[in-house]
Amino acid sequence: MGMMAALITRDVRRAWSGGGVTLVVAFFLLATILFPFAIGPDAALLARVGGGVIWAAALLAALLPVERLIAPDADAGVLDQFAVRGISMMSVAMAKIVAHWLGFGPPLMLAAVAAAGLLDLPGTTLLAVEIGLLIGTPGLAALAVATSALVTGVRGAGAVAGLVMLPLAVPLLIFGAGSIEGGAGAVKLLAAVSLLLLAGAPFVAGAAMRAAMD
Amino acid sequence: MSVALAFDGVTCVRGGRTLFADLSFALAPGGAALVIGPNGVGKSSLVRLAAGLLRPTHGVVGVAGERALLTEASALDPEVPLVRALEFWARIDGRMDMVEEALAAFDLSAIANIPVRLLSTGQRRRAGLARVVASGADLWLLDEPANGLDVSAVAMLEAAIIVHRARGGIALAATHTPIAIHAAQHIDLGMSSSWG
Repeated sequence: MGMMAALITRDVRRAWSGGGVTLVVAFFLLATILFPFAIGPDAALLARVGGGVIWAAALLAALLPVERLIAPDADAGVLDQFAVRGISMMSVAMAKIVAHWLGFGPPLMLAAVAAAGLLDLPGTTLLAVEIGLLIGTPGLAALAVATSALVTGVRGAGAVAGLVMLPLAVPLLIFGAGSIEGGAGAVKLLAAVSLLLLAGAPFVAGAAMRAAMD
Repeated sequence: MSVALAFDGVTCVRGGRTLFADLSFALAPGGAALVIGPNGVGKSSLVRLAAGLLRPTHGVVGVAGERALLTEASALDPEVPLVRALEFWARIDGRMDMVEEALAAFDLSAIANIPVRLLSTGQRRRAGLARVVASGADLWLLDEPANGLDVSAVAMLEAAIIVHRARGGIALAATHTPIAIHAAQHIDLGMSSSWG
């Protein structure tokens, strides 16, 4: 699996050095801060909706990097080079999902601590949010890579990506935010949705990348 | 497994247009082919067919051996030094030992530590060729390898192809600028194409 390791290392390096990680975290925190401005500084209300706010902000932040996950590699001929070497686009997609999660999940979970501070969330809520993010962000990363592959080559890919990705991410949002108060049942459903996305995304992304070569 | 590249009755249709029909040729170890013809006649499509990136509409593309592809896109990460960018592919190919030789073959050793984004067009094309050399692949599939190259760089390319063939490799180059390849088959797509 030398190729997987090489590709994951490269993609993680590009995400961290290209400023993509900082951008996602900054956007996430900014989106979180918007809610207190919109609904007022009512501490009790913010504490009640805060977990959901973090989840909605995480979903929007997940959209941000979609345009640069696959399209630059398609344009630069990198995907062609993998194909010539007999490496399946599905393995490329799997490596990209792992790499994208590494540059997206952990930073978001760290940023969620700061967001919880800004919203004055109780520790128990923060813990539930963190557990939810740990389970949900891999699914979100998989969805982002699949969406990225589907919209590669489309004009105005960013806007289309939102239309493709957000509806499919709604179950993650429902069970993610639900797990804060819903307990184990919602966590299991969140895990099921995340697993489904993780299992399906490499097939979708791989087929889309292969089709784009023709 | 002996190295070979063979087209057997290959027809290529792109966007409803037949680029070429019933094309057959075969290359054995040490063989070379020059694909020539005017712009838009299907030279790049032929290279992509040989690379397995396109499927023929009819006919069979037979390939034995590992392939290396050079296209317009260099597939080298712009933000890293040239030698790092080449090593990424060399690591995947398991040919880390070839990088230095490849850099030297195209006179790139002196600029090996410069980020790829700062290279000129000709240097970038030479870097792409160095990636092909470093792959250690048996089959070289080169789409317009001489684009952007000066006279001395074209000579480096010709020399590299000679060395590659002497090692039993196969080279297929699609080009509209003359490259001297000794005893190469000429595949002139300008003669066989039809517009529909």
